[in-house]
Formats: sequence, structure tokens, C-alpha cells
Amino acid sequence: MSDIVEKTLTALPGLFLQHQAAGGSGVPRVSVSSRLGSLIRSITALTSKHEEEKLIQQELANLKATVSAPGTTLDLQSTNLVEVCMALTIVSQIFPREMIPAVLPLIEEKLQHSKEIIRRKAVQALYKFHLIAPNQVQHIHVKFRKALCDRDVGVMAASLHIYLRMIKENPSAYKDLTGSFVTILKQVVGGKLPVDFNYHSVPAPWLQIQLLRILGLLGKDDPRTSELTYDVLDESLRRAELSHNITYAILFECVHTIYTIYPKPELLEKAARCIGKFVLSPKINLKYLGLKALTYVIQQDPNLALQHQMTIIECLDHPDPIIKRETLELLYRITNAQNVSVIVQKMLEYLQQSKEEYIIISLVGKIAELAEKYAPDNEWFIQTMNAVFSVGGDVMHPDIPNNFLRLLAEGFDDENEDKQLRLYAVQSYLSLLEIENAFYPQRFLQVMSWVLGEYSYLLDKGTPEMVLTKLYRLLMNKSTTSETKTWIMAAVTKLTPQALSSKTVEKIIQEFSVSLDTCMRQHAFELKHLQENVELMKNLFLVDKSCEDLVVDASLSFLDGFVAEGLDQGAAPYKPHHQRQEEKLSQGKVLNFEPYGLSFSSNMSSSGYTGRQSPAGISLSSDVSGNSAETGQKETNSLKLEGVKKLWGKEGYLPKKENKAKNNPELQPVPQDSTLMENVDQMMIKKEQSQALHHSEEEAEKQRLASTLFVGLGSESAVSLLGKTDTVSHKFRRKSKVNDTKNRKVTSAHNINCSSFSPLSNAPYEDNNHLNNFQDKGDTGLKKCSLGSEFLESSLKSDSLTELDLVENLSVCNLSPSSLFEDNSMEIFHPPQPTLSSSATEISLTSSLLEELNEHVHSDLVELCNNEMITVSSCKIWKDDSLLLVWMVANKSNLELKSMNLEITSTENFKILEHPGFSFPVIEAESTTSIQHCVQMEKPFTEEGLSGYVKYQMEEDPCIQLEFSLTISLLDFIRPMKICTEDFGKLWLSSGNDVKQNVKMPDSQANLPFALKTLQQKLRLHIVDIIGNEGILACQLLPSIPCLLHLRAYAGIVALWFRSSCSTLPDYLLYQCQKVLEES
Amino acid sequence: MIRFILIQNRAGKTRLAKWYMQFDDDEKQKLIEEVHAVVTVRDAKHTNFVEFRNFKIIYRRYAGLYFCICVDVNDNNLAYLEAIHNFVEVLNEYFHNVCELDLVFNFYKVGSPGAEGARSPWPREPGPPPAGTSALAHCLPLQVYTVVDEMFLAGEIRETSQTKVLKQLLMLQSLE
Repeated sequence: MSDIVEKTLTALPGLFLQHQAAGGSGVPRVSVSSRLGSLIRSITALTSKHEEEKLIQQELANLKATVSAPGTTLDLQSTNLVEVCMALTIVSQIFPREMIPAVLPLIEEKLQHSKEIIRRKAVQALYKFHLIAPNQVQHIHVKFRKALCDRDVGVMAASLHIYLRMIKENPSAYKDLTGSFVTILKQVVGGKLPVDFNYHSVPAPWLQIQLLRILGLLGKDDPRTSELTYDVLDESLRRAELSHNITYAILFECVHTIYTIYPKPELLEKAARCIGKFVLSPKINLKYLGLKALTYVIQQDPNLALQHQMTIIECLDHPDPIIKRETLELLYRITNAQNVSVIVQKMLEYLQQSKEEYIIISLVGKIAELAEKYAPDNEWFIQTMNAVFSVGGDVMHPDIPNNFLRLLAEGFDDENEDKQLRLYAVQSYLSLLEIENAFYPQRFLQVMSWVLGEYSYLLDKGTPEMVLTKLYRLLMNKSTTSETKTWIMAAVTKLTPQALSSKTVEKIIQEFSVSLDTCMRQHAFELKHLQENVELMKNLFLVDKSCEDLVVDASLSFLDGFVAEGLDQGAAPYKPHHQRQEEKLSQGKVLNFEPYGLSFSSNMSSSGYTGRQSPAGISLSSDVSGNSAETGQKETNSLKLEGVKKLWGKEGYLPKKENKAKNNPELQPVPQDSTLMENVDQMMIKKEQSQALHHSEEEAEKQRLASTLFVGLGSESAVSLLGKTDTVSHKFRRKSKVNDTKNRKVTSAHNINCSSFSPLSNAPYEDNNHLNNFQDKGDTGLKKCSLGSEFLESSLKSDSLTELDLVENLSVCNLSPSSLFEDNSMEIFHPPQPTLSSSATEISLTSSLLEELNEHVHSDLVELCNNEMITVSSCKIWKDDSLLLVWMVANKSNLELKSMNLEITSTENFKILEHPGFSFPVIEAESTTSIQHCVQMEKPFTEEGLSGYVKYQMEEDPCIQLEFSLTISLLDFIRPMKICTEDFGKLWLSSGNDVKQNVKMPDSQANLPFALKTLQQKLRLHIVDIIGNEGILACQLLPSIPCLLHLRAYAGIVALWFRSSCSTLPDYLLYQCQKVLEES
Repeated sequence: MIRFILIQNRAGKTRLAKWYMQFDDDEKQKLIEEVHAVVTVRDAKHTNFVEFRNFKIIYRRYAGLYFCICVDVNDNNLAYLEAIHNFVEVLNEYFHNVCELDLVFNFYKVGSPGAEGARSPWPREPGPPPAGTSALAHCLPLQVYTVVDEMFLAGEIRETSQTKVLKQLLMLQSLE
């Protein structure tokens, strides 16, 4: 460092410790000439982040300049301890990411420093770097390990911060450290640390907490790792004698960990007792944490809630709102069909008092969810939703009103029931609107107007006129926003055909034809014109058809005649946007070799005017219409277009203006108030009354409340053993087809175990028969299972199983033999790990592998590495839903290999799932074993190496490690997508990103069939259809990103046109296609 | 992880603000006001925790000052509650010699040193701070920031050993 810096650094601590009394207090100010000193002061005292950043950047620039000069590194090393400390402290403050490379080497160097304080601060600085730019410190993971093993406790403790973070992201990579963490914790708990670390005579409590968290993360769903931690957890529980807050902090963490890792009954019992101590504590903080712990464990152990039900009831009326909140959270998790009304009522009561937006949003969402799941009857459901809309108003999540409306519109299995629900909703809204001067949030008004527009025909008495009057009043209300007005207007439009020559409608048209709001004026005009053609309007606004799918001639083929006429009269043909751009770009060139524009018009004659909906057809008619249709289609995905009827028909242009009127009903419903208010009033009255009553009656009241709240809890009934996955028993089960199909595509080998169970948990298997049944099925499942869990993978694709699937899937269910349902013990909650014996595994493995190979497209077996003992080879299996990597490890020697371990280094682009039950600790002499990894892509990439190693041990020799790597490309995740031409057309229109390119091919081969065949074989694209000299192909990037290709061959050129919802995919595929086509 | 640390008096004057997350100035001011509003309305009989946006605040009151730490929802409440106390104990210990803390916090009259047992922890008495001290208590000395940096760094609890923190602080001071 330069002399000046050197000097200032020396002077710095003094300056730093100088009084800096702002605001003119009596302390004398010292003029500060030190750069670093003032820097530190600024950083610590400034509140402006921007300034800080600027300052630091400046400083670092200087620092960088000085240290990069020759000889200065030496200076830096020679500076004294305090200065280095200071510098490291600064680095750990807010620090610009782009400066990291400049200081990183210096800090790494400090990791070797002889003083522990420096090493420790260096680790801390690295932690900071890891926070802001994990990639930049990836290469020094080895050094983290060194820090973890540092002889100084402080340095080790500092490294735990980094480990906690890394383990949170990827626990499997650090399982090998479990032993070390356990040892450290044992030492800490055992009081082996210097007394310095004691806090109120508890040894290093924060360190203990940190370690407990890490162990929890490591042991989660992993029986083997959990096994290692049981002892030390037990000891921690035992050692933490209840005396001080800090021991409670440790206990709380301990309980949390015990319930997070793979369960052990004795520990759970102790932890449950510990929770009891928290809950029953007179100290309010502890009681709160007790509730929190209960909330966490309640799904695993509903009985615990029963034990503490009286405390929970008391907490419901606790003066501290945070305790109430936590209690509601707890109740939310134990809600079932029997206690839903009481719990929802309690939540609504709380909402009435709460003003915090965050709380309202979360609570309202929960109420809506519970109401939808467990509503006992229609009235209750509508009333509750009214309350939700009234309170949640405009802050709630937009999904709530959308889901509600969808539920109303799609209905349930029972036609009659649907009608009643809708009728009730209509009636309830009408009565709400009856009330003078009532104020409802805009979203609620929107919901009301949609429902009234759609379903007021269900009313026996009362005419549409009456409803129209109410809507009119809303329209004229000054507080109604223009968005809501368009909703109301849409409702009015829908009602008009039912109330012909209504005066109110006339009034509305008159009123808004001169409105300043252009949107409203437009609607008014549309309505006016529609009204003149009653027949058309009636066809348009069919009653109760909001869920019918729209049939839209998206290609606007009926306009082709019009277009042809225009062309005949000499108009220029329409060119799509990208073509225009292409032309613009090529204008600079001397010659335009792209014949696309030319062929375009020539094609017009061959396939124009047919009105068919293939993309080929579309590409020939105007793209503008294609685009407008595209937006239209996108909207149908959401609720927005519901209620819109057929707009475009083959016979012509139907409703011109209606289009807008309906698009506008952008659904965002809103709430009501009066019944709610009534409820609240009643509640208040009740409360007052009860307060006046005697104490004993209060007790009785609580008892009663308890019995209503905790009804249906406990072991004898099914509170969904696997947590809240209740699908079957829903009162209002949405039909959401879209979601289902989407979910179905999601697969992961690990999830399968649990998801295949989830529907079961809802089946009412209170009686033993059911249990037995299930077990029987499970047993057969097991047998099949041992043939190879590959079956599972393919057969258990669906996450959200429909009931039909359920039966099927049950038979192949991957039940662990560990007596899943023999006793109702805790094990149930953890996805079982198949514990097949290793020999069985091996047999099943080979057989399943063979099947696998035959069933799926696969690559050849490639040898990756070998030595005199073993050979490792691998093969890619391109399964329909994932990429399966099979590693074959052949033991060539005549000795048994032990402690076999094959590890794949994780990268951020992949998710690698090991197939459970395929580990092979031992390979017998001269035999081969294999392991499979299911690979899923996390982030798209073009090509990436996957590396790993095999470790083994022979007799008593030390471990031998063999490394290998394998390249995986994006192509490995491309699968054919089997769709029909019609679906292709729809998908084509809804896909945004397109890329076009012409590829030259040798003349002899430039024919369509050849190109198609090449693409099908080499890139695994699915040929959807061939029309003339055009072909369409489809593929998907796993898990489900489609990419479509339109291909046209002519004169030695193949024109490729890709579209996909993913922006990078077309480019990549284009590259690949080009490659294979040009190679061929 | 810690998002920010605030020390405020009952009137909402900020004595110390340490941010471990990026906020712009307006946002900081808003946070300061919101924290004050949320914390001061709470009764002494309430818990020391309060939900705050997507985080939670662990706070503790010492005489007229609220020590607030804003952390993630999943963090261990009691651990941070005790971290505050640990911090206050260190402050108490560190400023013992010069009695600055006494001046700033006005907990004890100048000239009542020693008496370790009586000093810490301070009672959580809800009464207003003694009059005539507002000028003195105007701003925490810069050293308090040093203490914070020794004990909390990069949003984590860095050092919990009181002896070590004090040693380090004294070392920094000795070079003055």
C-alpha cells in the first residue's frame, strides 16, 4: 500500500473510535484526513445505501490500483492486525458484486493467517460473497472445509454460516459431513469448549442452534443420516435444563430438528413432552413458541393438539394479536369438514380487527381455501365468500375471485346442486345491493355483476328489469371505478336479450353514448347496435353457457375472399412482421437469395381460400388476423373470456362490437358486507353476553368450543395422514382440467412415493376392512415393485391422481415393506425408502434394465473409465418423461469390492434423482452391477459435462477413486410430441417466439420426405402432418415445453419455421436441424 | 438471517440503524416508521415478537429504548432475543469505564460505577426516561456501531463471546 494509505491506516483506529457527535453536541469534532478512517465512518454511520456503494466502489478502485502495483501485496501483509480486521469488516458490509474478483485472492490468503480473528473475518467475508454471488466462490469450497476443521472454534463457527446456506440448497452434497457436525455438536453440548463461549453458563448456545439446523436439513427424509443424529439430539434435549431463555431457544431448535428428520419414536415422545412445557409455560414468549411448534408438528401428530386443546382455546382470545394469529394458523392446519365453520368464523373475527395488509391477504386466502374445500352447504359457502370479498377487498390475491367464479361456472357433478348454489349467490347479491349506502370493494362488485349477468335467469320471481335497475344504480355510483363499470356493462349486455325493450337499458345506452370514458362509450354503442338485432343477440348470449368452449375461426379464413378481391385489384399481399423485417435487412445486400416472399404469393393460389386451420393455411392468409386470434386464445386460458360466446363463424363476421364488450369483463370480483356485518354484530352481542355470564359458564363455553374445534381430530378418524392433501372429500372440487393435465406432466422419482399415497389419505378408511384392503393391494404392489421400480416411474406419472388412476396405481404402489399401515405410527409421513435386500435388487435390476432398454430409445453403452479392477460404462435412456442414465460398474477382479459408491457431482443445470434402492455397497467378484440416475433439467443449456466418481475398497486397502465424465446435451431432453394437426394449429397460434431460416440442401436430397425422415430419426421430432410440400413437426423439451416446426421444401432449400413458448428453444433446435440437414 | 437492526426510543427517534439488505432511502425511512408503529403499541405483557411484512421483528425494551432485530420468519426467535440481550450486556460492559453508555442511555447517574450485579440487565421499566437528558441521549456514539460490527456481520450473529468482543474492542481502542 502506498505511504499515505499506510499512514492513514495506522491513524485509523483512533479516528474510528473518535466521538462523532452529530447534531452539534458538545463533543469536539476531529478533522479526519484518513481516507480509510472516514470511509469506515461513512459506511457505519451513513444510512444511504447509494452513497455507501459509491464510496466503497471508489475505495476499492483505489485499493485495487494499489495492490496490483508491484510490491504492494507485501505492504498489505505487513500492515497490522487491526487494519486487516477493519478491511475485512468493510468487505463484509454492503459490497458490490463486481468487485469480488479483485479482493478475493487477498481474502483467500487471509484464510491462512496465523491469527484466528483474521481467519475468522476472512471466512465471514467469504460468506458475504457467497450470499451475493455464490458462483464466484464456488472454487474455494475446499477452503470452506478447511475452515470447518480449523483448530479455532470461532473460525469453525463462522464457516457454519456458509454451510447452512449451501446445505439448504443441496443437502445431498454434504451428507458426508454429517459425522463431523455431530461430533462438533457433541463436544459443544458436552462442555468441551472454552468457557469464553458460555452464555449464562450454557455452552455456545448459538453455535448449538446453528448445528441443530444443519442436522435437520441433512437428516430430512433420510433415515441413514438421521440415524447418526439421534444420539446427539437426545443428549441436547437432556442437557438443556430449563432455566433460561437461551436453553429454551436450543430446545425449540431441537424439537424442530427432531420433527424434521426421519422420525424416531422415543425422540418424538420426548420432543412432544418438550412442546408441552412450552405450551403450558406461564411465560408468554414460550407459550407463543409452543404454539408455533404445535403448528409445525400438528400434521404429523394431531393428537398433540387434542392434548392441548384447552390452552389453544384460551390463546384464541389472547390479547396479544400474534398469539391469536398463531392459534388460527394452528387451527387452519387441523380444519376438516366437521369443524370448518367454527374455525372460519374465528378467522373472520380476527380479520375484523386486523388492519395489517399482509395479514389480511394471507388470512383471506386461507379462508377461501377452507371454504372451498370443506363448505358444509351452499348458503354457508356463499356467505363466507361474501365475507372474504368484503374484507379482502382489493388487496386479496386475484386468484380468489377467479377461482370462485370458475367454481360457480363449471359447477359440480350434480346439476341441481349447481343451480341452487348459483341461485343462492344471485339472491344473496341482490339483497346486498338492496342496502342503501352500503360500500363494497370493487372486486366484490365485479364478482356480483358477473354472477348477476350470468345467472339471474334462475330467479323465479323478479324480472331482469329489477336486476338491471340495480346494476344501473351501481353504474351511476361515483365510487365505482371504470374497470368495474365495464364489468357491469358486460352484465347489462348479457341481460338485455332477456329483457327486451327495457327502459333501463335504453337509459344506460343514452347515458353512456355520451360518456367521456371512451371505453364505456364504445360499450354503449355496441349494446345499441346489438339491441337492434334481437335474433343475433340471443344467439350470442346463450343462457348458462359460460363454460362452453369458444369456436373461433382463428385463421379468419372467411375473409380470404375479401383478400383475394383486394389482391385482384392490385393490392400488395400482406407480409407478416418477421418477413418484413427480413426484407428490410436484406435490402442492403445486392442480391436477395431468399425466395420466401416470391413463393408466398405463388402458394396463395394453390392453397388459399380453403379456410382450413393448419398453420400452413394461416401462413397464407393474413398474419394480422393470426395475431389477433393469438391474443384471443391466450385470454381464454384465464377466466377472462368466460361468458363470451361465438364471435366469428364460418358464415361470416358475426358480432363485431361484442368482442370488446366481453373481453373487458376482466374478471376481478369484489365483496359484500351486510350479512357479514350482521354476523359480526351477532358475534359482538354474543360476546358481550357471554362476558356477563358467570365464570363457570365461560368454562363450559370453552369446553363446547373445544369440542367443536377439535372434532374429527385424533387417531380414530382420518385427518389425512399425509397432511393436507385432501382431494376426495372436497365439497367443492374444482374440475380444473387445465391444472390436472399440467400437473400430470410433473414427475420426479422421489415425489412419486408420496404423491401416489396422497389420494389415499382422504379415502375414509376408518374401518379395518379398508385398511386390510389397502394392505392387500400394497402387497401385490410390492411384488411387482421388486421387479424393478422402473415400473413405477412410468406408471406413476401423475401427481394429482384422479380417482380412476388411483385404483390402477395402487396395484403398483411403491409401498415400503415397513408395515406402513400396520400401526398408525409416524413412519407414515415419510416417503418410504424401499429396503429391498441387495441381492434382490441386483436381480430385479438387471431384468428391469433389460426391459427398459427394449422399451425405450437408448444410446449405446459407452465406456467411461476403467482400471485393472473395474470398468465403468454408461448408457442414456431417453424415456418419455426424463433422461435416465444407467451406469454399469463391472468388477473384473476375482475379489469382492466393498464400500462401492458412485457419486455424481451436482451442477445447477441438472436435477439428479437417484433411484432409491439401487445402491450397491458390495460388488461380488466378476459381476456387474448398475445404478440409475434420473436426470431432469433445471436450466436450459446446450451442452454440459456431468462428472462423477466411483469409489470402492478392496479388502482392507484404502479407498480407490475413479473419476469420469459424460456430456449431456439439450437434445437428450427433446422428445417427440404426439399431437394432432388441430392441436398443432392451436399451439402454433399461442406460441410466441418464432425463428425462421432457410437451409440449403444438396439438390438430390432436397425433398420433403427426406428432410422429415432425417429430423425424425436424428432429432426425435414427431411428424404431425404432411400437406403438399409442407410438413409440420412437433417436439417438446422435458418436462413440457413444446416447440413446433413448420417445414417447406422447394428448389434445394428447406424453409424452417420454429415456434415455441420458450424463447431459446427455437434457436437451439434450428441449430441442430441445420446441422443434421446439412450433414445429411 | 438478520435484515436490519434498529434501536429507537419511544418517540421513534432512531439511535442506530444497521441494514443487511438493500433498501433505498425512502424505504428505509418507511421501515423505521413502520417498525416504530408496530413495536411501541405493544403491551409489556405481550410477546417480544411481532410479524412484520414478510419478516418478523424480535424486539426488547431497555428503559426507553427499543432494540429491534428484523429476521426471516423461520429464524429462531429466542436465539435472537438473547442475542439482543448479549449485545446489551456487551455495551454495558464496554462503556463501563467511560460511562458513556450511562450518558447516552441515561440508565445510571454518572459516578455510580462498579456494582456489576446491579447494572445488568437493566430493568424493563416502562416509565419515561428521566428528564433533562435528551441532549445527551441525542445520538449513540459511533463506537456502538463498532460493537455491532463486532457482534453481527453480514446478517449473521458473528461473535457471541463477551470476553472476545471486549478484547477485540479494547485492542481497537488501544491503538487510538
